[in-house]
Amino acid sequence: MTHPNMLEIRDLHVYFRGYEGVSRVLDGISLNVGRGERVGLAGETGCGKTVTMKTVMGVLKIPPAMVPHGEVILDGQNVLEMSAKQLLQIKGTRISMIFQDPMNALNPVFMVGEQLYDVIRFAQGDSGTGRKRFGTEIHDRAIAALEEVRLPDPERILRSYPLELSGGMRQRVLIAMALVNGPSFLIADEPQTALDVTIGAQILDLLSELVRTKGISVLLITHNLGVIQETTERVYVMYAGQIAETTPTPVLFKNPKHPYSQGLLASVPRLTGGEIAEGIRGTVPDYTVAPSGCRFHPRCDYVMSICSQRKPPSFPVEPDHYVGCWLYGKEGGSK
Amino acid sequence: MEADESALPLEGSKITITSWMAFKDKIGRGWYRFRRNPISLAGGSMVLLVILLAILAPYVTPYPRHAGAFTDFSSTFQAPSGSHWFGTDEVGRDVFTRVIFGYRVSLMMAVVVLGLSVPFGVFLGLVAGYFSGRIETVIMRTTDIFLALPPLVMALAICSAFTPTIEKAMLAVASIWWTWHCRLIAGITRSIKTEEFVQASQAIGSSHARILFKDILPNCASALMVKITLDAGFVILVGAGLSFLGLGVQPPKPGLGTMISYGAQHLPMKWWLTVFPSLAIFFLILGFNLLGDGLRDMLDVEAEGI
Amino acid sequence: MSDPLLVVKDLVKRFPIRAGIFHRKVAEVKAVEAVSFDIRGGEIFSLVGESGSGKSTVGKTLLGIYRPTDGTIRFKGKDVTTLTKENARFFKKEAQMVFQDPKSSLNPRRSIKSTLEETLIVHKIARNGRERERMVGGLLEMVELPPNYMYKYPSMLSGGQRQRVAIARALALDPSFIVLDEPTSALDVSVQAKIIRLLRRLQAKRQMAYLFISHDLSLMRTMASRTAVMYLGRIYELAPTEELFTNPLYPYTKTLISAVPVVSEEERRMKPEKQSLGGEIPSPINPPGGCAFHPRCSLVERVCSEQLPDLVEVKPGHFVRCHGVTNA
Repeated sequence: MTHPNMLEIRDLHVYFRGYEGVSRVLDGISLNVGRGERVGLAGETGCGKTVTMKTVMGVLKIPPAMVPHGEVILDGQNVLEMSAKQLLQIKGTRISMIFQDPMNALNPVFMVGEQLYDVIRFAQGDSGTGRKRFGTEIHDRAIAALEEVRLPDPERILRSYPLELSGGMRQRVLIAMALVNGPSFLIADEPQTALDVTIGAQILDLLSELVRTKGISVLLITHNLGVIQETTERVYVMYAGQIAETTPTPVLFKNPKHPYSQGLLASVPRLTGGEIAEGIRGTVPDYTVAPSGCRFHPRCDYVMSICSQRKPPSFPVEPDHYVGCWLYGKEGGSK
Repeated sequence: MEADESALPLEGSKITITSWMAFKDKIGRGWYRFRRNPISLAGGSMVLLVILLAILAPYVTPYPRHAGAFTDFSSTFQAPSGSHWFGTDEVGRDVFTRVIFGYRVSLMMAVVVLGLSVPFGVFLGLVAGYFSGRIETVIMRTTDIFLALPPLVMALAICSAFTPTIEKAMLAVASIWWTWHCRLIAGITRSIKTEEFVQASQAIGSSHARILFKDILPNCASALMVKITLDAGFVILVGAGLSFLGLGVQPPKPGLGTMISYGAQHLPMKWWLTVFPSLAIFFLILGFNLLGDGLRDMLDVEAEGI
Repeated sequence: MSDPLLVVKDLVKRFPIRAGIFHRKVAEVKAVEAVSFDIRGGEIFSLVGESGSGKSTVGKTLLGIYRPTDGTIRFKGKDVTTLTKENARFFKKEAQMVFQDPKSSLNPRRSIKSTLEETLIVHKIARNGRERERMVGGLLEMVELPPNYMYKYPSMLSGGQRQRVAIARALALDPSFIVLDEPTSALDVSVQAKIIRLLRRLQAKRQMAYLFISHDLSLMRTMASRTAVMYLGRIYELAPTEELFTNPLYPYTKTLISAVPVVSEEERRMKPEKQSLGGEIPSPINPPGGCAFHPRCSLVERVCSEQLPDLVEVKPGHFVRCHGVTNA
């Protein structure tokens, strides 16, 4: 009964009610993560990456959020229809998450060991509220998990409090926690952003190696295109709650099609030097009065009349390469 | 100059923004969040109701003359009824009227005590938090000493050393109360002074006084508002406590604490003499606390010591 | 070559860590240790490094936000190490700063106008309120924002717009030198591109010198004429940017360049081979002896842990502090 895709998001809309009115944050996004596939979700601040992730993990607060339309199929089950208990069960075992800030994800008043034991015990159906069982099996698994993320002296780490560890070590602990129960799907939200360049590079290398050898499906959410390039196979570019483009990762960097992807890529400063482009004119829209049709149209250099009237579907331009832009429509958008 | 569209608002770039509009927007947002929080709305309504009743006491009470030294021996110790909602006391005065006038005294106490202690405490807190080193040590250790004295005990000492009056009680409480505000503001100042906007003001050469009052103080405002609201309840409680012990409001002035203390002598038979003033205090303090909690949520205040 | 605008010599900044009731000094954070460099008028000089390298502390110490523990700072030939009343006045007009996070560098309780006016009031630039308002409008136009934005509060602006306001504040006194402390690291790339272009336009128009502090090497490549690499409070390599990227000598510089996530094939080709870099960045409270990088360096020799190498000019303008390079 395994579903072909690990994660399938179909035409997801998420709105928020607030002081200014209703913010239409996600405007019909569709996204797939195949089994064993490493997928990137790239976008800038406020494009809806985090809301997407929260919806997938079932932690969206409803209300103020609303999901008027759409489905999120995680491992064959619709997240939006799951009970809290079911959700917790799959989150603890089959799905894992790595967060941006390792400090916020660890509880500062418990030792690393206790938190890691809890994660292991949870998967064994033990809620951990009873008396503490320090089975050697749990201990051994914890040690193995820490060794796997190459933390030196795992015995000492188990007895440390999160504050005694450096940022890089904390992130390694979180990776160990995320992988200890052998999940089949991992969501990583900017796992290197809070870390220094050299430390972040180490973490990314480690993470890519581990998921590759274990065949875990990954959704990596980040604003850093370099990270996307170095760790993913396929990428979705998101703009203002719409998917602009999806393509195998190397293609995006050689041959971006959507005007937004092009503008974004031209803004990235290069190690080889040279001028960077002027960026993209305008600013990210206010979601309460989001532009009609293609939300990028007010900032687009190639804007046509249809762009403001209808939201473009995903047009195939090459195998596996879809662009949500009327420029690539059959009639070139003449309708 | 070349036009850079990045700077212009997306839609309707013709919109002129005025300071009035910006102000209205701020108020609008605040009111929106306040309105959505049933706790603060309830607390705010309770406090507002009491304040209105107290201000309009001579007009809304059925027997305004009963607020003072009035006697009507034909109707002493009457149980609550349609004409006397809260009953009458040992000299025939309407308890409801006296409770409403008692609110006047209680609120006055809160206003005077906080009016004296808050500015003093805030100023010392700003100075202590901003200038670290010896100044901070002196101010904070002095604060600690004062903190070690419970306000009620201090007030008892002062009031019993002289003839007890409500004014002296207020002064006594105020002389202790500033310490809380000093500690709170010092803590906030210590964290705000490391913010980059303070360093930015230092970099352009602003004076210490300008930084303290233009950069740091406005950023304490939310926390201060919450603290003052919560404090108002506590000050009223202390005031009532003093009156109960006979060191605050002196008869025939109606004080809620005084009324409870008199009523206690007639318990349990003449229960209304105690119960209604007690409920009145309870209602007002609950109102202030709910309002304070609501404000805290609304203004996102996370500070130590509130 | 003309006289340097700013000369920093042996700058030291240590922060005491105090504890206990008597605030006794128990340790020191050695944030900046004997840093020397100079910046010419109209130049973009950059300091790169990771957290704990002391790069921001250098910037803030230069502008008198922190008091230097030791060393001298000369600006236009005047000693501005300790800001006495009269040279503080002169120096604060000439040297300004743009901070990293525009969220925290603008006071959330002040309108944009109030923030920008502060400089004009403190230095008594304008005669009256109306003139000030006109000047604030002019400043906003200079950073390509509509003048009526002065009535807004920081929370109503986007990150890029806030950073423009912060730049306008730095420009208010028409300085000849600006310290840019990671001015775009909190921004998205497309916004960063716009801010960077704005900064370059302003620099060209007003002949200002920038000290650009950053951890983003790719960005420095496009911005700076000379780059210095800092690690745990010291400069370990300093060279013209072009030279530093094409011919890095110090092992840490190589590691740093190789760790940058890149987007194109050309970039990948120019990256030095990825060095397996073990370990974490040590704490500046208790940095390793000798060359501070030695515990993480793959080419470490015995001398590295015993003796701090000197900063040696190996090619014209290319300085490096490494036993492995200078002894070879």
